[in-house]
Amino acid sequence: MNISDIVFHSPALIVAIPLLGAFLTPLVAKINDKLRNIFAILIALITSVLVAILANDVFSNGIRTYVFGGGEPLVNNSYAIRILFEVDGMNAFMAIIASILTVVAIIYSWTFLKNHTGQDKYYTLILLMIAGMFGMILTGDMFNFFVFLEITSIASCALIAFYTNKGKAIDAGFKYIVISSIGALFILFAIGILYSQYNALNMAVLANSISFSFLDKIALALLISGLAMKAGIVPMHMWLPDAYGRAPSSVTLLLVGATQASLYGIFRITLSIFGKAFNTTGTVLKSATLTGDELIMVSSYPNVISIGWILIILAILTMIIGVLMALKQSNLKRLIAFAALAEIGYMLLGIGVRFASKYSEIVKMNNQEYIQIGFHGYDISALTGSIFHIINDALDIGLLFLVAGAIYIATKETSLNKLGGLARNMKYTTVFFIIGLIAVSGLPPMNGFASKLIIYESTFQLNPIIGIIAILASILLLAVFVKVLHSAFLGPKIPNLKDVKEVPKSMLFAMGIIACIIIIFGLFPNIVIDNIIQPAVNAITNHEAYIRGVFNGI
Amino acid sequence: MLFNFPYIAVVLLILIGLATVIYKRNLIKIVIGITLIESGVNLFLITLAYRKDSIAPIFHGFTASKDNVPFMSLPVPHALTLTSIVIGVAVLALMLTFIIHLYRHYNTLDARKIGREEE
Repeated sequence: MNISDIVFHSPALIVAIPLLGAFLTPLVAKINDKLRNIFAILIALITSVLVAILANDVFSNGIRTYVFGGGEPLVNNSYAIRILFEVDGMNAFMAIIASILTVVAIIYSWTFLKNHTGQDKYYTLILLMIAGMFGMILTGDMFNFFVFLEITSIASCALIAFYTNKGKAIDAGFKYIVISSIGALFILFAIGILYSQYNALNMAVLANSISFSFLDKIALALLISGLAMKAGIVPMHMWLPDAYGRAPSSVTLLLVGATQASLYGIFRITLSIFGKAFNTTGTVLKSATLTGDELIMVSSYPNVISIGWILIILAILTMIIGVLMALKQSNLKRLIAFAALAEIGYMLLGIGVRFASKYSEIVKMNNQEYIQIGFHGYDISALTGSIFHIINDALDIGLLFLVAGAIYIATKETSLNKLGGLARNMKYTTVFFIIGLIAVSGLPPMNGFASKLIIYESTFQLNPIIGIIAILASILLLAVFVKVLHSAFLGPKIPNLKDVKEVPKSMLFAMGIIACIIIIFGLFPNIVIDNIIQPAVNAITNHEAYIRGVFNGI
Repeated sequence: MLFNFPYIAVVLLILIGLATVIYKRNLIKIVIGITLIESGVNLFLITLAYRKDSIAPIFHGFTASKDNVPFMSLPVPHALTLTSIVIGVAVLALMLTFIIHLYRHYNTLDARKIGREEE
């Protein structure tokens, strides 16, 4: 077995290893508890190494298609009946996020759950959820996407209700499973509609043949609404604060990843699968001006612009409701959960702006030579900001949740009214919280600033009012977290909390990993954008390359 | 009209299921609503596979002459439906487990009285 074999099989191994690990965990746990923890971390690390190998290969060599059962992706060059994974820059980018969250969550849960029963099942479910998450991210098949989505949601529902001694935790789990199973059924219905028209479940084949007929519009609406339910976009957000707030912090970290895998589904469906249809249907010529020997034609696609505006309105609602609800919370984890909701709004805003703006295309005719100058500059930058914000949100919100978990471990309190003066005893946690605070509210020099600035800029060019709302939401987020900083960490010592100790080292180590990545991303955003974000943006906007990935074989 | 009847049934099942989930307060009824939606979607997938006068998509070993090739119903939607049913059972089991736990905590199945206690 040499390195090229590993690279070749890595898409399958990334899903297979956590899946195998999940069901080996109960057996390993029979021997020793410590061995089980090491085993879980080992599985996460092996998966991460494979993700790194795969991502490195994809960023340098382009799309990699892995067909299960081997052979060509298409039978007789026409029938797409084989399940396949298609990994392009965007998939690799999402897999990197998922692998960071995975490693950190497992290291963190080592001491976070030290004295709890049911840890064998916990690690089994965590690894199962990771397998589902990677499957959702890497798959190139619609039905396969649905199956992995259900695996993720079943595992995560059981994990949300981990504290079965608390009624509210079970209530949160029940809410999530109701919403996510309805969302998944919507997605399955849409897959059925698409299959009935094009006889294909393969994303690339669908993207090639989709025509944006009436049924396709229904399918698109069902897909977006189903995934919006899973991603917690307003008005389907009511499960999110409960689930994020009641789950153990390490699970919440992975839930952020699962939510973003659903958001990735929205990206993939609107940009790749419907990309070709959006580019070719319903063009309206708006203006044509002749300057010298150059003819500049500006044309637009009203259908797509309306989709963009729907997404923008949903995004604004998500941001505003998230921030306003966060202001009035007194429970720390629920507060961060509402802030997470607001952050999801930013990512959706980026893609909405992209659709509302992109399809005003400028074409230059130069001596009968047809040069496409390109679109208004801000559509790609909106998408860049949005995709950059995916990783930043996962890190920032993840760090804050880990800090909340650390506070809970140290004090057994979640209510802000009963906390105070923790900075005296928990120095490192305080520093990590301040880093998370600066990052999440989009202040320099942390990573949140870099991505939010790109989103503000592009949004402001589309419509200044939306840009102002986005900035305002960020300012309110700062207010929310300064309130937390003041009431939990600063101020006089509270008698009950006199003997609070700093949390164990492994939890600090887990938080430290994320804090380091946040600082590095914040100080060198250009390097990150050039090396990771730009390939992802190029891959997700280039639907032709995505289609060629299947039609021209491996 | 008769040909469209399964599709009408699909839409009705899904709408009834959605209405049940939205308007009913009893947790068991919410679960029933979800299973109704699921049956609707499964019926839709099965209906897609139907071809008039078709046979099961199994290789019979007959030699197909040009005018006597029977239609085969599509195998893929059947596979999808089976997978979906299996997933549905897992989800149903988990939901009922949650309901048992909730009933132990609150002694009620009314969604309005669950999860409202002060901490």
